[in-house]
This record gives sequence, C-alpha cells and structure tokens, in this order.
Amino acid sequence: MMFLTIIKVALKSLAANKLRSVLAMLGIIIGVWSVICALALAAGAHDSILKQISALGTNVLMIMPGERGSRGVMSGNWQNLKIEDASALLKITQVSHVAPVVRGSVQARYFNKNTHTSLLGTSATYFALRNFKVQYGRSLSDADCDAAARVAIIGPTTAKNLFGAEFTWGLDQLVEVNGVAYRIIGILLAKGDQGWFNPDDQVIIPFSTAMHQVLGITYLQEIDVSAQDESRLTEIEQKATVILRRRHHLFGDAVDDFNIHNMADVLDTASTINKVLSGLLGGIAGISLLVGGIGVMNIMLVTVAERTREIGIRKAIGARQRDILRQFLIESVVMAATGGIVGVALGIATAKAITAAQSTFALVVRPWSVVLAIVFSAGVGIFFGYYPARRAAKLDPIEALRYE
Amino acid sequence: MIRAEHLRKFYELGETTVHALDDVSVRIAAGEMVAIRGPSGSGKSTLMNILGCLDRPDAGTYELAGEDVSTLDVDELAEVRNRHVGFIFQTFNLLPRLTALENVELPIQYAGGYRARQRARQSLELVGLGDRMRHQPNQLSGGQRQRVAIARAMANDPGILLADEPTGNLDSRTGEEVLQLFKSLHCQGRTVIIVTHDSAVSRHCQREIYLRDGQVVAAPSPEAAVLMGGGA
Repeated sequence: MMFLTIIKVALKSLAANKLRSVLAMLGIIIGVWSVICALALAAGAHDSILKQISALGTNVLMIMPGERGSRGVMSGNWQNLKIEDASALLKITQVSHVAPVVRGSVQARYFNKNTHTSLLGTSATYFALRNFKVQYGRSLSDADCDAAARVAIIGPTTAKNLFGAEFTWGLDQLVEVNGVAYRIIGILLAKGDQGWFNPDDQVIIPFSTAMHQVLGITYLQEIDVSAQDESRLTEIEQKATVILRRRHHLFGDAVDDFNIHNMADVLDTASTINKVLSGLLGGIAGISLLVGGIGVMNIMLVTVAERTREIGIRKAIGARQRDILRQFLIESVVMAATGGIVGVALGIATAKAITAAQSTFALVVRPWSVVLAIVFSAGVGIFFGYYPARRAAKLDPIEALRYE
Repeated sequence: MIRAEHLRKFYELGETTVHALDDVSVRIAAGEMVAIRGPSGSGKSTLMNILGCLDRPDAGTYELAGEDVSTLDVDELAEVRNRHVGFIFQTFNLLPRLTALENVELPIQYAGGYRARQRARQSLELVGLGDRMRHQPNQLSGGQRQRVAIARAMANDPGILLADEPTGNLDSRTGEEVLQLFKSLHCQGRTVIIVTHDSAVSRHCQREIYLRDGQVVAAPSPEAAVLMGGGA
C-alpha cells in the first residue's frame, strides 16, 4: 500500500476517535512542552551567564590579595598588593594590559541631586581590559593618574541620576564625591545591568586619587591582567605567581598571599554547570515524555483489540503482516508526532510569553531543541507503537474474522 | 484450478483431538460453480479456510492455479489471497468507516495500488452499484452491501470467488439476486465456490461437494437429509 494512503488511513482512524486520540496525545504534548520549556530555561540561563562573563572580559586574570585558605575561605594579609606589583607584572611578555583596581562606596552630589554609587579607582588600561567604552567625553589618561587628578568618568545611570535623562550636558561639570569636587571628563557607554553588579552605575577615577584622597589606603584590592592571546592565560598565571612570590618574599613551602582567578576558567565552569543543568531539566522533562509514550501504547493496544475484526478483514483480502504492522505503527507515530508538534508550539508560545512578561531572565528556544523534541516524540511513537502494531500484525486471520 | 489431495486438519480440544478434515481431496476446474455443503461441524469452514489460503492443512497438498501453496509462509499466503482469491462473507465484512469505493480499493492497494480508484469503480459498476460508490456501508441495504463485498472480491480479478454463506443474512428475494449475480459471474468464466448448509443455495451450482464429519461423502437425498436433521 502506498505511503500517502497509509498516512491518510492513520489520520482517518485517529479522527474517528477524536477525544481518545487527543487524550493519548496529551501525554506527549505535555512531555514535549516541558522538554522545550526546560531546555529554553537552561539555554536562557546559559546565554545570560555567558553575556555577563563576556562583559567582564574573558581574556582576563584577576589577582586578589589574601591566601586561598582551606575550603575556599580567604585569609591572611589583605594589604600586600602594591602598585609596584602591578608594574612588575607588565614585564611578562605575553601580557597586553595591567590595571590596578581599588573600590569603594561613595556619595555623589550635583547641587540638589544626590546619589549613592560605587567608586572604582583604576588606570587608563582598565577600559580596554574590561571592555568599557566612553561614549561622551574622554577616558582616563596616564597623566591623570600620575597627577592624581580629580577627574571622573561616570556610568550612564549615575549620569541620569545626577543630570537627568538628557545627561550629556553634565560633561565638564563639577560633581562632589564624598564632599570633594571632581570634574566629569567622560560618560560610559551603557553595558546593561548584570544582576549582582550594575556597571552603568559607578564613578571611575584615577587609582592614585582614589587610594590617597578618597579611601586612604596604600594597597591595591585587585590587579587585572589581560593577555595578548587568550590561550596564554595559564602561562601568564604561572609567571605572575613566580613574580609575585619573589616580590612578597615567599619561598619554599610558603603559601601564596594572593590568589589568581582566570575568567576563562570561570566561563568553563559556568558552561559545565549549565550543561548539567540542561541535562537535569531536560531529563526530568523527558521522563514525562516517556510517560506520554506509555499512554500512546495503552491507546494503541485498545485500538488494536477493538479493530481485531478489521485486521481480520484486511488480512483476508491480502494484507501482509508488514502491511498491518506499518498501518498501526504509522498511526502511533502520527499520533505522537502530532502531539510533539503541538507541544513544541505550546513550548515556544510559553517561552515567548514568559520572556515578554518580565525582564529578569529570558527563555531561549534553540532550533536543535525543537528538532530534538519532534524526533524524540516520533521515536516514542515508534517505540511504544511497535508492540501493539506487532500484536496486530501477528493476529491469526481466522480468529480475527470470528471476533465480535 | 484447485487440486487439494488428502487434506487433514486437527484441533486439540482439551484431551481429545478433533479431526476437522480427515483425508479430504477436492478438485475444482477453472470456470466451475461448486457448492461445498454440509451440516455445521462437518468441516466445511475449515475446508473453505484452507482453499482460501487463510489456513494451512496439517497434512496433504494443495495446488492453487498451478502453484503448491501448502508450504508457503503467512505473508506469501496473504499475497496468494490477494491475487487469486476473492472472499465473500455471510456478514459482508465491509470496513464501516470507508465508503463503498474505498472498500473495493483495498485489495488493489495491497496489491500495489496501480490505478486503484479506476479499477474499483469498474468493479462496482459490474455489480450494478455505480451510483452508490460514495455511500458508507451503513447507508446501504443488505443486498447492496453484499454486492459491494462481491465487487471487492473481484477487484484484483482473482481466479476464484469463495463465498461463505453469502445469502445467510439476506432475505430470500435479495438472496436470490445475489445468487443470480454469482451465476452471471460464473457465466463470464469465473470459478465460484459457495460454502453453505442450504441445499436451496447449492442447487444453483453445477455440482456439490458434501462434507460430513470431516470427510467428503455422497450428498444425501433430500429425504435422507430431512431424516438426519441436517441440510435444508
């Protein structure tokens, strides 16, 4: 019998028992629906983590003061990273940029506008290193740092808070930071909120100014190092360790009094966690798809029992076992695949609706997950349809014809 | 056309073995119209199933259209049924959800589907139902249904029409019409085998094979049949 004819026959017999077919499909629909949503959730989480980490720069080593103690707790001296350490790291040949970092929390005021924001003291290299771009005005210069100038670059959110929505006129204005006047020399290009930290809401000033005039400290809180080539990060990490140990007079078994974070490692870890997450979510959702398959099998068994006489008639007029097998197999595959397509449609609609309803996280439906879901549900149709179909095919025509 | 020699068929019924067919030999020439008659339990249904290739004998040989079919497997038997045998049943056995035309198309589709629609239409016109093709079985009378079944049996132009009590569910007038249809098909050169317990039906045939207790015996005279409580 021709393939199209069998599909038509299958659709016809599914249509003959609409309620029953829909109920059997429901299991598949819900299964595929949850698979699509779960994978979309994992994919959305992956994209957002990736975006946040990339925004920080993946080509970066972060050197923090303090020992990496047992169980990840950091302890020891917090004041041993010096600006000279940063200069020394610049001698590593594979390094492209080194930026000293100090942070604080400050009050910024422009006449009657007041905002609480974070302070970042660094050098001109930080912007290239961390993918920050100055949209209006200029960036920090080496001269600013050497002179410990009272100049500041602010994020667009801070600018909005101080100068209103049309904040570009704020350039060259004097803003009080913890009571001291700073000239605004630049406004950053917006990067977008990253959840734990908003890079658009900060004041960036020369590290020298920050250390000596705002925070009153002589040490650095972080040194950022970028590589000329991302593949050299590990090499740089090793060389930096050697240099810093020598500079800090650590010999033999002495524990490092600093620790180095590799952003590429962080990215790897995040990816791994995400793979586990999507496997877990997809797996749980897949189980419901399997349960849906059992529903299909149940209905197909009922259908075969009910249509015993029809099977007998078809055999009497010349249907071979494989004709009967194919007929019922296609029926269950059509049922499962239809359920799969409906489930995918519902899943995509749900993902769109949830993404549109809030802005915290997005659900991203990847094309491969759609293909996977439909192929998998058709596979469920074959797997769970095979036994009932085989049972139909093996029926004895004489017995089947006698069946009332 | 049909050469069946020494057919045997047993059934296990609990402890005892029932000889449904006990050394039955049958020869039917092409173009004959033959009745297989006997009381219930005589083995005529078993014989029909074997002649129609629905079943295989436990012993004996069966040659259909020059081919030994007693050794074929189930799928090969299905192909033989499809090509050489047209079944007509007492209860018509049409598929209720399909139209008359679709019912007649089925055997053609199982044969490969070549010009199925057109050939099914011709077959229905042959039995005088050219105007009922789009009807479903439940929209047709009993006689019409049986004629659809006959059209379906003839769809692949088989050598043999095998009818099992074809008039059993029909009133006598429509039964007579169906028998006339068989007669005209026989006159066109087809082999027709009618399985029945009814001597009135078998009288329409050229000859009769009478079965009793799984064996071919001489047909009893009508008087003897009455005395035995069998037959008409």
